[in-house]
Amino acid sequence: MAGSNRFIPSRANTEPRGVRWLLLGLVLGFLALFLLMPLAIVFIEALRKGWHAYLAALVDPDAWSAIRLTLLVAAIAVPLNLVFGVVAAWAIAKFEFRGKQVLISLIDLPFSVSPVVAGLVFVLVFGAHGWFGSWLQAHDIKVIFALPGLVLATIFVTFPFVARELIPLMQAQGADEEEAALTLGASGLKTFWHVTLPNVRWALLTGVILCNARAMGEFGAVSVVSGHIRGQTNTMPLHVEILYNEYQFSAAFAVASLLALLALVTLAVKALVEWREERAHAAAVRAAESQDSAAVPSHGALAAA
Amino acid sequence: MSAVALPGVVDAPPAARRSKRVLPGFGLTMGLTLAYLSLVVLIPLSSLVFRSAGLGWSDLWAVVTEPRVVASYRVTFLVSLAAALVNLFAGGLTAWVLVRYPFPGRRLVDAIVDLPFALPTAVAGIALTALYAPNGWIGAWLAQIGIKVAFTPLGIFVALVFIGLPFVVRTVQPVLQDLDREYEEAAASLGASRLQTIVKVVLPTLAPALFAGFVLAFARAIGEYGSVVFIAGNMPFVSEITPLLIITKLEQYDYAGAAAVGLSMLVISFSLILAINLLQRWQARRGSR
Repeated sequence: MAGSNRFIPSRANTEPRGVRWLLLGLVLGFLALFLLMPLAIVFIEALRKGWHAYLAALVDPDAWSAIRLTLLVAAIAVPLNLVFGVVAAWAIAKFEFRGKQVLISLIDLPFSVSPVVAGLVFVLVFGAHGWFGSWLQAHDIKVIFALPGLVLATIFVTFPFVARELIPLMQAQGADEEEAALTLGASGLKTFWHVTLPNVRWALLTGVILCNARAMGEFGAVSVVSGHIRGQTNTMPLHVEILYNEYQFSAAFAVASLLALLALVTLAVKALVEWREERAHAAAVRAAESQDSAAVPSHGALAAA
Repeated sequence: MSAVALPGVVDAPPAARRSKRVLPGFGLTMGLTLAYLSLVVLIPLSSLVFRSAGLGWSDLWAVVTEPRVVASYRVTFLVSLAAALVNLFAGGLTAWVLVRYPFPGRRLVDAIVDLPFALPTAVAGIALTALYAPNGWIGAWLAQIGIKVAFTPLGIFVALVFIGLPFVVRTVQPVLQDLDREYEEAAASLGASRLQTIVKVVLPTLAPALFAGFVLAFARAIGEYGSVVFIAGNMPFVSEITPLLIITKLEQYDYAGAAAVGLSMLVISFSLILAINLLQRWQARRGSR
């Protein structure tokens, strides 16, 4: 948006005032109807029977075990995908090789696979009638309807988040700074730690927080592999479903409100990172402009930045 | 590249540049990436192919063309298409308003657009059901004029509009931000009306991004499960979506059948990804010309 600061509205480049108000009203109305109302109803329904019932629903042993399980699954899946994302971004962004585009598409693949299919494939591999089913049974290892299955399904659906935040950014940054560091005698790991990581830390934060939101909120994939054993293999979203289907609406919305809060925190962090980046970008553009204020108009500077 | 001025270097094949790897760790990171990708994504997905292949062609075809399965495809596709179209218009308009009309609270509205990405689908599902059920805030009001939303295909539509909303906004917004207003001013100074300028100058530039967002929203809608099952009513042949049918088959221990239907969905996902990639390649070629 830095380009718009020199923009002077006129009939030639913007719509009549009435049209602008109409479109703005339409969009805000639509967003209020489709985004704000669903968000609001979660908290209203959760508190319908008062704070007492709300808190009681959250300290219920089954709810509590669902919360712990959700945190545990995310605590395993998110770090694994974080490491994978960084490693994959390094290979893809810092080197040239054949088939790069295919690899990027494959990394993005879990985003376009239905969550139900994501759960299904692990049942086919590890389920009682799956590839390793009889072997696992013989060795008394439970994957499906147990924690490992939940973790695997969660890893699958959250697989691309960190990588796809990092890859475009690291590609844009190139390898010049890393090469300089290596030339000056830094080791590869040291270069990564002190040069690459500081350059991508905000994108990394965005990737991790989005990955975490999805990991804690995933429903379809974990629903297939969980088996819905109360107090054992129920994550928070699955617990919400059980309560809802038992017509315990207030309790269902109480647990759901925790997940909604998580979503709001996620959005806030994401917005904060974007705001920071925008300011840094604007500052860079201003610096570039003041350096060669001769002939380059703002758009030229933007393209160069 | 700044080295173009040096004669001799110019003619070096791109392979020469490629082979000059100064940074360490390519073998290690590439190996780890491929290993993890294979273990977590590719090998599990291949189980769909192998399990379906166990059926043989004729049985596979029979499973994916069962009347109940075909009915679920129809519901899933038609409603996803309708929802993605609404997302195309609403999302395009939202992106336009967010980029072009500065208004107080714009940053907040911009942030809230991502809500469907961040809100767990099960939460969205029960919230939308509560709103649109016959006794809900919106449902009660719609019931008065004879429209039933929850527990009908219309309910699926509402859930899919919610889920797909951010896709078009987030693909169009960056393109719109980089769009140079000088073209619009040039069109206006040549005598075009504002509407003509938008239709003939702005829209063609945005078209690839609009289409990409539309396909992404459509692809997401086809696979969506969590937000739909609560509001759909899940009546076979009427409001039963394909992902739910896979779960039904699993619950009946029909693993091969579930794999076959899952495979058909995977093939559709692949085709949509391919379509987006081809589109982006075409767009890049057109841009470089």
